[in-house]
Order: sequence, then C-alpha cells, then structure tokens
Amino acid sequence: MKKWYLIIDIEKCGNCNNCFLSCKDEHVDNDWPGYSAPQPNRGQKWINIHGKERGQYPFIDVAYLPVPCMHCANAPCIKAAKDGAIYKRPDGIIIIDPVKAKGQKNVINACPYGAIWWNEELGVPQKCAFCAHLLDDGWMKTRCVESCPTGALSVHCVEDAEMQEIIKAEKLEVYQPEHKTSPRVYYKNLHRFTRCFIGGSVAVRVDGKDECAEGATVTIFNAANKKVSQCVTDNYGDFKFDNLEENSGKYTFQIAYAGYDTKTIEVNLKKSLYAGTIYL
Amino acid sequence: MKSIVNTLSKSLPLANLLFSIVLLGVRMLFGLTAMRFPFFKSRLKEKNLTVQIKLKDNSRGRYFAIRDGKVISKSGIYASPDVTMIFGSARIALDILVPPRDQLAMVNAMKSFQLWLDGTDELSYWWMETLSLMLNAGTKYGTKVGKDVIRYTSNTNGGPVFVYVKDGRIIRITPIEFDNSDAKPWTIKARGRAFTPPRKTTISPHTLVFKSMIYSPDRILYPMKRVDFDPNGERNCQNRGISGYKRISWQEALDVVANEIKRVKRNYGPGAILNGSGSHHLWGNLGYWLGIRLRFFNNVGWTPVVHNPDSWEGWYWGAMHHWGHSMRLGAPESYGTVEDCLKECEMVVFWSSDPEATSGVYGAFEGTVRRQWLKELGIKMVHIDPFYNHTAALFGGKWFAPRPATGNSLALAIAYVWITEGLYDKEYVARHTIGFDEWKDYILGKEDGTPKTPEWQENEAGIPAKDVRALAREWGTKRTYLAAGGITGFGSACRCATGNEWARSMVCLMAMQGLGKPGVNMGGMQQGTPLDTSFYFPGYAEGGMSGDLAATALGVSLFSRFPQLPTVNTVYQRVPRLNIPEAILDGHTYGYPTDSKTIEGQFLRFDYPAPGYPPIKMYYKYGGSHIGTMPETNRYVRAYRSDNLEFVVNQSIWFEGEAKFADIILPACTSFERWDISEFANCGGYVQHSFNQCNHRVILMQHKCIEPLGESKSDFQIFLELAKRLGFAAIFSEGVTEFDWCKRLFDATDVPKVMSWKKFLKKGYYVVPAPKEELRHPVSFRWFAEDRLKDTPEIAPLPADYTEQVFRGLQTQSGKLEFVCSSLKRFDPDDPERPVMTKYIPSWEGHHTTELFQKYPLQLITPHPRYSFHTMGDGKDSWINDIKDHRVPIDGYYYWIVRINSKDAEARGIKESALVKVFNDRGAVICAAQVTERVPPGTVHSYESAAIYDPIGEPGLSPDRGGCMNILTPSRPMIKKSHSFAANSCLVQIEKWTG
Repeated sequence: MKKWYLIIDIEKCGNCNNCFLSCKDEHVDNDWPGYSAPQPNRGQKWINIHGKERGQYPFIDVAYLPVPCMHCANAPCIKAAKDGAIYKRPDGIIIIDPVKAKGQKNVINACPYGAIWWNEELGVPQKCAFCAHLLDDGWMKTRCVESCPTGALSVHCVEDAEMQEIIKAEKLEVYQPEHKTSPRVYYKNLHRFTRCFIGGSVAVRVDGKDECAEGATVTIFNAANKKVSQCVTDNYGDFKFDNLEENSGKYTFQIAYAGYDTKTIEVNLKKSLYAGTIYL
Repeated sequence: MKSIVNTLSKSLPLANLLFSIVLLGVRMLFGLTAMRFPFFKSRLKEKNLTVQIKLKDNSRGRYFAIRDGKVISKSGIYASPDVTMIFGSARIALDILVPPRDQLAMVNAMKSFQLWLDGTDELSYWWMETLSLMLNAGTKYGTKVGKDVIRYTSNTNGGPVFVYVKDGRIIRITPIEFDNSDAKPWTIKARGRAFTPPRKTTISPHTLVFKSMIYSPDRILYPMKRVDFDPNGERNCQNRGISGYKRISWQEALDVVANEIKRVKRNYGPGAILNGSGSHHLWGNLGYWLGIRLRFFNNVGWTPVVHNPDSWEGWYWGAMHHWGHSMRLGAPESYGTVEDCLKECEMVVFWSSDPEATSGVYGAFEGTVRRQWLKELGIKMVHIDPFYNHTAALFGGKWFAPRPATGNSLALAIAYVWITEGLYDKEYVARHTIGFDEWKDYILGKEDGTPKTPEWQENEAGIPAKDVRALAREWGTKRTYLAAGGITGFGSACRCATGNEWARSMVCLMAMQGLGKPGVNMGGMQQGTPLDTSFYFPGYAEGGMSGDLAATALGVSLFSRFPQLPTVNTVYQRVPRLNIPEAILDGHTYGYPTDSKTIEGQFLRFDYPAPGYPPIKMYYKYGGSHIGTMPETNRYVRAYRSDNLEFVVNQSIWFEGEAKFADIILPACTSFERWDISEFANCGGYVQHSFNQCNHRVILMQHKCIEPLGESKSDFQIFLELAKRLGFAAIFSEGVTEFDWCKRLFDATDVPKVMSWKKFLKKGYYVVPAPKEELRHPVSFRWFAEDRLKDTPEIAPLPADYTEQVFRGLQTQSGKLEFVCSSLKRFDPDDPERPVMTKYIPSWEGHHTTELFQKYPLQLITPHPRYSFHTMGDGKDSWINDIKDHRVPIDGYYYWIVRINSKDAEARGIKESALVKVFNDRGAVICAAQVTERVPPGTVHSYESAAIYDPIGEPGLSPDRGGCMNILTPSRPMIKKSHSFAANSCLVQIEKWTG
C-alpha cells in the first residue's frame, strides 16, 4: 500500500509562510467533517515555522524549519487518545476524529513535536490532517505544497521501499529522531537548522594595505586532534566548515598560506561561530 | 446578423423598418427574459416608469411602460415618458442596438448628440442597467468542481487566483495550476541544461490571506458619519481621529457628499476639492486608482494629489540624467536578460535588492525559481544591503552591509579600484560614454584632493577596504549582472538622502563594465522572461475606463482600441502628495512633476495654490494608507484635524489608518465582490511590459465571486450614485454596467482573437503562448553596446527624444551614457545637492550630522514590507499578522517589529520580543524588538507600510503602537528640486518601553 510522505528541503525554505497561510485558508471557518473541525482564526500553527540565525555579523546564515504533524508511523498520540479518537489511515495519514476527540486535551501533550493544538472554543485537539479531505477528493497535493513557491515542500505517495530509496538518494533525515516515532515527514539539509558552523576570514598586509587572502588552506581538527575537514579560502579570504555538532567542544584550525607562517587558532564550539578576520 | 443589418440599412427606408423591427425585438426579449429568469422578473418590479425609444425627428418610436413588473409596449410616441432614449437616425440606432454593439459608433453618437437620454439620472441609468441585465441574462461563468462548489478566478497585486465559492461564501483561494489546454511554457537552454518554469502561477502571502481580509471584522459594512460632524452646523474638525462614528443610510451619506461637492464649488470655485489615493489599490484595469476614479473626478473637477515617483526616487531624480529611460521613471529595460544571464553571466550583484521580499512589484514568487537556476548553475551572488535580506538568506553569497545612505561611497571606491587597476572596459567607455575623464579625476581625488579609495570609504560605508578591493576585482573580471533594486531599478537605497547619488553611481559602474555586452547587464532574474510582448493586453496604468488621456497612458495603445468618452479635468491646480499637510496647514507648497514623457519633465516646478485657484476645502480620500506609507506622518494627522479642511470623506474598504479621520465614510467592497479584468503583474505605463517578471502571461477575468458584504458597494457603484446626484451619470457610465465595461475592455485586446468572451468568462483566464525561440526579443542594451539601432520592443524614447536618428542611441542629449549629465548642466549646473556628475554627498541625516547623531545614534531603514504589500495584508485581523516575522503578539496586541543588532540590544538592556520605543524628534512608535545579527551594530531595521495607526494618546502627538514607522521618517525631500521621499535616512533612539 502506498503511503503519503512530506519532504521538506531546509535549503529551499525562505520563510515565505505560504504553507502556513494556505493551511489557514483551508481550515479557518471551514469544517471538513470526518477530517478536521474549523481552525480558530488566531493562535494555531498547524505548520509551525521555526527560524534560526547562525553566526555573528557579518558572517551569518539563516534557516527555517517548517514543522507540521509528522504523521508518525509510531504515533504516540494514537496511544494517548481514547475511543480510537486518533487513528492512522492505511495511507499513513494520522487523523484526529473531531467528534470522538472532543474533550481529550491530554493528547496535545503526547506529541513530542508540539504539533497538536487545543481548540478552546470547540473543545477539540487539532492538527495537520495532510489535507486528507482534498486528497480523497482527487487532489494530488496538499495546500501547503501547492502554494510553496520554491519546491521546498513536496508530497510523495509511494511504497515504503520506494521511500527508503528516496531517503538514501536525497540524504533525508527526520527531525529529532530521538523521539523514535518514525515520522513520515522527512527533511533535506536539516543540518542548516540543527547543526552549526565555524567560519572566518583570512587577511594579509601587502604594501601597507589589508588584502583578503584567497587560496589559503584551512584545516580543522577536533578535540582528539583528528582532522575533520579542509577547505580553501575564497576571494574574500572566507572559509566555512558546516555540519558540526553544537556544543561539541574544542576545535583547532590551521591556516596555511604560501609565503606566510601557518597560523593555528583554537575555539570552543557552542553554537555557530565566526572567528572574525585572522591576519597572517 | 450584424453584417446583414449593416448592408440592408444602407437604404434609409429599410433602416427605418429595421429600427422598428429591432424595437419590437426588444419588447419580445423583455417578455422572454422575464419568463426565463426570476431575477429579471423581480428587477422589473423595482420601478414603475415609461420609457420612450425614438428617432430624433419623432418619425418612429416605441414606448415601454413598466407597471408592477409588467411591460406594456406599443409602437409610437408617448406623451410624457419618464425616460426618453433618442437616436439621431435609424442607422445610428441599429449600430448601437443590434449586437454586437459598435462601441465606436455609440461613443461618436454620444459626442455628437445623436444618442441622448432624457429623464432623471436615476431612472435613465436604471433603464440602461435593465437593458444590460436583459442582454446578459443567462451568462455563465465559473467552473463547477463538485459538492456545490464553483471555482472562479480573480487577480490581485500578488498574483492571480482560483477562488472556490460555496453557498455564496469564499471557502478557498489558491494559485492557478494550468490545465492541458493552456499554452506550453518556454524553455531556455543554457550551459548544457534546459530550464522551464512550472506550469502554474505563484502567489504572494498577502494574496493568500484575502479570505481573512474579505471577511475581516475591520470591514466597513455600512456608511458612517462622525458623531460630532454636522454639515449644517458644527463640524468639529479638531475631533477627527478622536470621536466615534454612527451608522447612516447610503441615501444620507451620498447626499452629504454630493451636497458638499456642490457647496465647495459654489463657495470657493473650481479646484477646492482634493482627491488622492494610495500608491496601490485592489487589482483590476477598471478599478485601479488610474481607472474609474479618474473618470469620476475629472467630471467633478478636482485638484489631484500628484504622486511622487514612489520607490523609484533615485532612479527618477538621479539615474535618468545618465541614461534616460524616462518612460520607466529612470529604471532600465530588461528584455532578454533572463536568457542572457543564464547563458553568459558569471556573477550577480544584488545591491539594495531583495526580490524575495518585494516580489519585484506585483510579481509574486515568479522570479524565485529563476534565481534557483542561478544557484544550480553555480553563478555567484553578492548581496549589498544593510539588512541580511531574504534573497541573501535564501540563496547565500557574500554579504556587505554598508551604513545606510552611504552606498554611493562604496560604488565610488569600486570605481577607484577599477580605474587604478585597469579593470574596466576602456574601449566601451571611449565609444559609448561621455564625461568619463572628468569623473575619473573626481574619483582619483584630482578635483577635491580626496581619492575615493576603499580606505576613504571605510569611514563612510564602513566596509573593510580589503573586501571592497576583493569585490571590485571579482566584478571587474567576471561578466556581472547588477540587480540594483528589487526589479531593474527600485530599492531602498534610492529612497534616502543620497538616493540620487546611489542610483547614479549604479549606472556609472555598469557604464564602466560594458552594459549590454553578453553577461553584463541590469537585473537579478526578476524581469526579462521570454514572453510575447506583441499580444496586446493593457496594464492598469493604461487607464482602463478613465477616459483620461493626460494622467494615464491611455493614449499610447488602449484609447484607439477602446472607444470611450474622453474625460478632462479642467482644474490646473495640483498638490504634491508628500506635501499634502503643508498645503492644508500652511496654505502653500510646491512640487516637481512625475513626468515619464521626457527627462526635462521633472524640472518644471509647480506651486500650490496655482494662480487663480482656491485653497483646498474638501478632501475626498480613497483608502487609508498615508499614515503608514508617507514620511513624517504625524503631519498628515495634524492636517486632518485642521479647520482648513471643511469636509473629509473617505471611500475605504477597511476601517483603518486615516479612514478614521473622515467625516463621512463610504464603504467600498473588495475586487472579489465586483467585476474587473486584468493581467498578472501588468501595470503598463511606467513599467512597460512589466508582465515579463512572470513566467507566463496570464490574463484574467476577475469574476464577481460573491455579493458585496453588508451594504458595501463597488467603487463604480459609489461614483455612479454620486454622479446621478451631480448630473453626469450618463457621461460617467456611458449607460452600461461594470460587467459591460469588462466586456468592452476585453474587446479592445487581442484575447478575442484567440478565445471567445463566452469561454473566457467561464474559464476565467487565458495563458498567452510564449514566442518560439527564434522570435524572442534581443537583449536590452545589446544594440547599444554593438552600435546598432535600438531593437527592443518598446516605444521609448519618443521619436523627438533621439538626437541623431530615431532608434539610435539613448535618450540623453549625447545619445550616450553620460558620466557628466547634459540635462543637469542645462538645468542647474551648480546645484550642490545634485551635481552634474555623481559625487559623494554625506547624508543630511546620518553619521556626519554630529549633534543629531549623538542624540539619535541608530540609523533606521524601513524598506517595503515582506509579507504585506503597501498596507494590504497588514492589520484587518488578517492572517499575515500571525506570521512570526511580521508582528509579535504581546498580551493580546500585535506589535510591529523593529530589528536590532545583539550588541545594540544588550547595551540598552533589550531582550527578544521586548516592547521598545523607537523615537526621534518627529514622534515615537512602540514596537516589539527582534534581536538579530541580520543588521550591523548602529543600524536598525523595520518595515514601512503598517496599516494600523493606533496612537496611545492624542492623535498626531502621542506614540503610535500600530507600527507606522513613517511617523519617524523625514519629510525633507532628497533634494530641494524634487518631489521625493528619503525614508531611509532616519536617525532614531530605541529604549525599553515601560508605558
């Protein structure tokens, strides 16, 4: 049986919020019996976009992580709900039955991703239902995917085996795998949000003027003095080592540039770090 | 049938006979329509009247007596009809009455008094509208998609949409996905790859939230009167913005407005009525501010509010003198640049350019996929912007953050490196430019003793000299596109004290690098798609049904295709928009025109009041945007509260901004509640072929998706009701409905050649096929770089503006790129604010204005907002307010955001999402702080265009918590000899708000 998956490419997400807004358009004031009760006008974020700035001025990047219901294969909310109020369809979509779930506020705490919201007025827990009411009507994609202008979001209805191939080929990951809920929402370039970088700029003095050191070789070593990576500075003398673990301790990097003494710098990595301009 | 009628009616007796037969036909049609359509049957019950249709000489006629829904019709002349429709001859009558109506014949007949209506405007128009409803009864539109849902189409400032309606209510708004019958898209082959855009339209966030805005609790649903306003007694002008409103009837509201128009004209003479709009209105060729509004006011006689070249400032007042392009307000053309960029370019410099935030203009996310292609091809990107903008964030690349309003110093330093290291195109400069040596001397410091070195620049823009050299060397050796501004032109840097000099230096840099050579051009993939420009469909600046040949581009192409009565404003007085408060409060001001005809148009100063004209006594405002969008806007608040303005009426959709300062509020409906017709991102006029921001030309019927909410009415209907009271309903409406005007405009375009009205109306859109590869337009400026005649498809410059030969050279006097501007040498060679060549001029409000800078050490920039557009999308309880990066809810109130560097925040004890007061001598705004690395220390960032003005105390004198950052921005023009807006030169201080 084919199942629905959502793939989100962090690199392509610009925080335009079209996904969030189209979800509101689809659900605020609209009742889809059997699928979802109307979303309140304010306060709920069925696809919740988290932002992260990395680095320090002027060496930064920014990433956005849209978090909908993960439609987990092993969904803790199903277990937390009474009377089968939350169930998994054969196509993998997790539905909160708006009638049966009435009054079951406790299920919102069952979700480790904070993807279930409480509707105070109607007294029901609510969340992204993967636009199942539209898919059942013949739509080929969800509202968020349809309105995404960058292709950051895409839906795929595939056999599990096929999905495993996509995961491998596209290097997809799940967000916060430690929850062990087997989400059906996969991320690409997740490190832009979850991991950190070390960057810097290399400069030299030439004829009394500062000049960017292009082509310097920068090698980075971890606390165990094991080489982690190597790169060459660009025309601004800039280098960047990405995909490092936050709070991963001491790193040293060596800068080698023809005609200058090699320089070694030690840093203690907590979060993304710009080492500033390093003069050789 | 029409051709048979035309042939037969060549004989006069036959024409007369046919006239009688046609009238009999009309009579029969009444019966049939009433039988088939219940709405028409009840329509006939609305009024009892007798209508005579006859020839002028009374030789033939038929009258229609409508009594309690029944129509009795007899051949002959009725003694005392309520309405008489008179035709000069049977032939004229046949041209007009036999479908398809000959519009030109009708307009000609009206102008020569061969078609006339006798009777009150009220009954006459009712009769004409009834005829229209009869002829259009049974018209089908929209697509049934099952479950009682109908899918309509509409168009917005942020892209075209499908609108799903059930039981008279909008349930869903989506982008348009094309079907198999729609035209296939273009493909560009570059560097071994093929690039094809997706077969759909994109839409902006402010478009996606229309449902929340249409059903907003802030909608004005009935006419209102300020409680302490009495047109016949105390007006209490000082209480505008303070006292509340009470509901009144349309009858009363329209009577007050019409009577005030008459009173003001009677008491003061022509021109005492001021009308203005915001820079934007809801989309549509008929309904935009250059359409219906002008038709109405031209017939009233009015003092127009003259728009500044809003968002084009530095291009218009500065760059234009170097390269012309007056038709584009000084911004360049962009034909063929998407293909050229993909094939040839090695680097794109985005300078004050954030198309991911501003959508170009009206372009939704159409350019995004193209910039993704650049990234896929590994074409380098550089971003120069005091804010790490959204284009930089999405695509990456080196970021430079110059101090606001100093960008020109960075440009001059780049030129210095190019000159001293020989990194510019000497042959091109020699052949295609004038004045370079003089400018070179200035750059090298021979003129003022200060070489404009990267080190000199450090004290101005603050970019490390080594980085400037690295950038200049890379730019000087790579084929580079310059995206200066969010389209080609535009950009926050052109809206500051030194905006002219920035835009001017952009042109000069490109002149040094061989503008027009392969891979060397203007743009950041936002414009220049290979679309068919020959297929005619107008943009809104072509004036729609305005009839206005002076204030719109109607005369260029549309007027000869779209017969309509011309309209003329007989008042010569004008008020510059940025100086409305001075006009009202001081009684005098001056401005310079926004004139796209020729370079010199901008030199013609005009004064207010104009000779022989009265001061403004009545202000008829269209919408509520000025407090959020104009500079130093407490001025506008104070002007509203002045006794000098005897009457203020606002025709607005939402109760927001300055709408709350009116005496009478007329509730207008949105474009989803009325008919209109338009094209995606086609504004025409000042951005000719602006649809080439899109991946597809999409032409749309803007269906009337739902009935107007509450008692709100379309702008057309409101103006029509007033026109009836002022005796020009027939001239205003030409006796037809909004729906008919859409059909008339449709007929004026090329769409009928490829799609019938019936099909267009039903389906709602048409995709214009892209031309085949061999017919694509040449690249802009290529002809110039290659010394050929101009071969890009724009009719600008006008023939007289060429010097040597039509199509040879640019619009400048020399026909070349001018480093030293001939036009400025002629106009004012010694103007220190605008020298004949671009120089570094420190901002009149910046880090060199020492005393002020000490008091207000932060430089605030307020570019166009990202999620909202102008004031659309913001406030109104719209969902945009729920976006984390748009407003921040604190204790239930949604605050506007100011972005501050972590160091500046720490120094002030300001934490993320803390409430802060942003202030200077001009006022104060309460915002939520966003602590960020996206601005350097010393620079703070917010957006302009909040829709909400919410002073916590006395309006105009107390802090605003609505987020109108423009309360803080200076009203001083960039240069005195301009009508310009320098919002991005704004010194402020920020402190924690504890109020």
